[in-house]
Amino acid sequence: MSSVTEHTHVDDHADDHGHHHKETFITKYIFSQDHKMIAKQYLITGVLVMGFIGIAMSLMFRMQLAWPGESFSVFEAFLGKWAPEGVMDADVYLALITMHGTIMVFFVLTAGLSGTFSNLLIPLQIGARDMASGFLNMLSYWMFFVSTVIMVISLFVEAGPAAAGWTIYPPLSALPMAQPGSGMGMTLWLVSMAIFIASSLLGSLNYIVTVINLRTKGMSMTRLPLTIWAFFVTAIIGVISFPVLLSAALLLIMDRSFGTSFFLSDIFIQGEVLHYQGGSPVLYEHLFWFLGHPEVYIVLLPALGITSEVMSTNARKPIFGYRAMVASILAIAFLSTIVWGHHMFISGMNPFLGSVFTFTTLLIAIPSAVKAFNYITTLWKGNLQLNPAMLFSIGLVSTFITGGLTGIILGDSTLDINVHDTYFVVAHFHLVMGISALYGLFAGVYHWFPKMFYGRMMNKNLGYIHFWVTAICAYGVFFPMHFVGMAGVPRRYYENTAFPMFDELTDVQVLMTVFALIAGAAQLIFVYNFISSVFYGKKGPQNPWNSNTLEWTAPQEHMHGNWPGKIPEVHRWAYDYSKTYENGEYIIAGQDFVPQDVPLQESEEEMHH
Amino acid sequence: MTTLLILTVLVLVAIAIWQMTKIFELSQLKAETSKAQIANDSDNKTNGYLLFAFLIFIYGITIFSFAKYTKILLPEAASAHGGEYDTLMWVSFAIIFFVQTITQALLHYFGYKYRGEEGKKALFYADNDRLEFIWTIIPVIVLAGLIIWGLYSWTNIMDVNEEDDPLIVELYAQQFNWTARYGGNDNVLGDASVRLIDIDRANVLGLDESDPNAADDVIVKELHLPVGRKVNFKMRSQDVLHSAYMPHFRAQMNCVPGMITQFSFTPTITTEAMRLNPDVVDKVQRTNAIRAERAAQGLPNSDPWEFDYVLLCNKICGKSHYNMQLKIIVETEEEFNKWMSEQGTFAETVMVEDDATTQAFNVVDAAQPAVEEVSSED
Repeated sequence: MSSVTEHTHVDDHADDHGHHHKETFITKYIFSQDHKMIAKQYLITGVLVMGFIGIAMSLMFRMQLAWPGESFSVFEAFLGKWAPEGVMDADVYLALITMHGTIMVFFVLTAGLSGTFSNLLIPLQIGARDMASGFLNMLSYWMFFVSTVIMVISLFVEAGPAAAGWTIYPPLSALPMAQPGSGMGMTLWLVSMAIFIASSLLGSLNYIVTVINLRTKGMSMTRLPLTIWAFFVTAIIGVISFPVLLSAALLLIMDRSFGTSFFLSDIFIQGEVLHYQGGSPVLYEHLFWFLGHPEVYIVLLPALGITSEVMSTNARKPIFGYRAMVASILAIAFLSTIVWGHHMFISGMNPFLGSVFTFTTLLIAIPSAVKAFNYITTLWKGNLQLNPAMLFSIGLVSTFITGGLTGIILGDSTLDINVHDTYFVVAHFHLVMGISALYGLFAGVYHWFPKMFYGRMMNKNLGYIHFWVTAICAYGVFFPMHFVGMAGVPRRYYENTAFPMFDELTDVQVLMTVFALIAGAAQLIFVYNFISSVFYGKKGPQNPWNSNTLEWTAPQEHMHGNWPGKIPEVHRWAYDYSKTYENGEYIIAGQDFVPQDVPLQESEEEMHH
Repeated sequence: MTTLLILTVLVLVAIAIWQMTKIFELSQLKAETSKAQIANDSDNKTNGYLLFAFLIFIYGITIFSFAKYTKILLPEAASAHGGEYDTLMWVSFAIIFFVQTITQALLHYFGYKYRGEEGKKALFYADNDRLEFIWTIIPVIVLAGLIIWGLYSWTNIMDVNEEDDPLIVELYAQQFNWTARYGGNDNVLGDASVRLIDIDRANVLGLDESDPNAADDVIVKELHLPVGRKVNFKMRSQDVLHSAYMPHFRAQMNCVPGMITQFSFTPTITTEAMRLNPDVVDKVQRTNAIRAERAAQGLPNSDPWEFDYVLLCNKICGKSHYNMQLKIIVETEEEFNKWMSEQGTFAETVMVEDDATTQAFNVVDAAQPAVEEVSSED
């Protein structure tokens, strides 16, 4: 693929980057078109700010679940009039779970994860000066920022934010008289998401174009690090599925504000018949999940890509089965767009359709299993450098397996009948996509922190504490939760006291909440470590993890264009760790890794393809 | 037991922190080299051991959960298809636990065993087609088996037909309560539409008064089902999505405004018999012990409980979603017929302007949900 145009591109820019236009504070830190700065902007807005809000919300409703109806001064402080005398109101409970879901899925794990690492790593790892369009990239971030602001504003409107669940199924979300959250709060939710989708599309298109066109000389698709494969395919899924969510949101806006009946029909509420006729909420469910399911992989694939890279580097071994990993990413991406119906087995959709979706859903377990096995084999006979990023990667594989396995039950239409919408589902998706993706995110932050902050390193001991407390608590919260679900407890219940059959489950709720509170506190260690390392972190070596990928050949000091001279040329894949000659000597004497820009040595074989 | 687990965890956390600080101190001695924040042999060793400990923790929490929480799971299925459902569930679980046990062991054991040491050489091992093939084909075979079995059951369960003279019952959902409607003597439900709802005349389900099939329909607030007879449920909702969830019967179907959804099952165990099921007897005892304790403290929700089947709402529907329930009673054919004969038909109730009826249905004031109804029952 290294065509002539790429040649010229490399040369042209090389000359271009010695001198430079003056940068003001605004162009450097605010309206920056530099991918590294935009990555940091995403990280701070998406992960630190929105992540803090999202997790804090979950801790509040977990307290309500463990100690229903109890008065807490935290509730009074944060919820104000929605927690009269410190007792959480039922409407605000629904608002909290809705906003927790929305924020975590879209703002933290989609924009925060992809936005940060696609932006940071795509140009650096493929050897490009920047994204294909720095301007669109900047626009993408600022639209994301606007949508964030609108979403945060919606928390403060009179009747409360959206409260129909993060899936905002109509008619509940469409009718202001059905619940207070379906008024102004829902309008702002929809507006915010519409802007978010536009932002995500701009970002994704940019990633795709950059990966296809701006790879440096020698960087064929089969030499791409798996991170880039994951970001690339994620962007493609985003481009395919996000517009469908936009259409759902637009139609819902029409139903809400302009009296159309796309999703509504035959409704009698608050003593009167509404005029809606002929629409179907099931149509909305199809549209929503056409994005909603791929969304799971939009969240997960980047985390898996990061894990592949971090794990291989720290195991000092090539990732096992590179081609199988790429194939499984592609298979997952393809299948992810045809499995959405497994969220709708009992929605009233034709049961035959349910059969089809069961089939495709269980198929997706195959590439996922291949990935898990390949990760495990990558560890085998490695020389594992157990840095915090490596531990988070191992943790990801662990929760990915635990959470993924229960997908076999939920993906089976028959078995789904009785656990659908119970805590079993909550436990499943939190482990397989929530916790796993967060681990991938943390792994990425610990690993590439030096790249983002001029060579500064995060404190490893705080990182270890962060990991171990989080790892134990994540299982402590979500493992017992499966049993609560199998006992028949529906999700989104404000309290479980209305059913004596759930009385004896309160103990389990308390256990889960205690773990959740400890886990929440552990994240503060991360925040402290992050902020103090930004300012006071000690500089490490230029290539602290002895990694092969191109980003570590760039200087620690950021510069527009990434490399001072020519862009490095690539001569091999990214995984020549511990590669030896036949006589057992390392390719480069005394060093167990061969960076991608090192030419093939005499009598060395290029082994991977 | 819960306290014990929490204590164990706290101890483990404390040990972890202690270990970390120790390492931290040690690393301080070596002065601030630029590699201070990169894992060294001692970090690898500590965290390798911790990975192994974590494997034990995962097994531990699994065993703990099974030992402690198996009893809180739903009792034996009370419907004809429920037995097969439960079998498929347990087979799936067996497979899951087999895979889980092995893969977690390999993952964490490798993490421990191959922890890094200065100068150790990792094995350059990039590919093995045979291995890839093996772990592609095994999931394919296992999943194919599960898919075929699952789809076979699914087709049977979802085949709602009129064979074997099923009882026809409508489940009608609204914020935040359920109503059941029987077809009456002709076992045919009269036509209905939300546009025909007339609160003043107590026609709360919007039955078509001109439809002769509607006259003998029976509308009730407690679902009675004869044991051993197939029941075809027709679900309707008047406002937002709801989901009719009957966990003891392994049955669930969404109620969607604008369409009629269906589910069908045959109840096999009467309420009376289920109350004598040893698991249920134990559960009731445990629950009543909790309730007695609450009563002693003067807390609400403390009346003694007697087991009943229940229908829950399982699709977020608004403020009182958490308390939208309908009692289900499964009884013998004779008991059912006797009960049915005591119920008034639509024709008898619709013309009567009875305040009590209107109030009971509590339609108008949706903002004042069913919470109060329940607390008054208590």
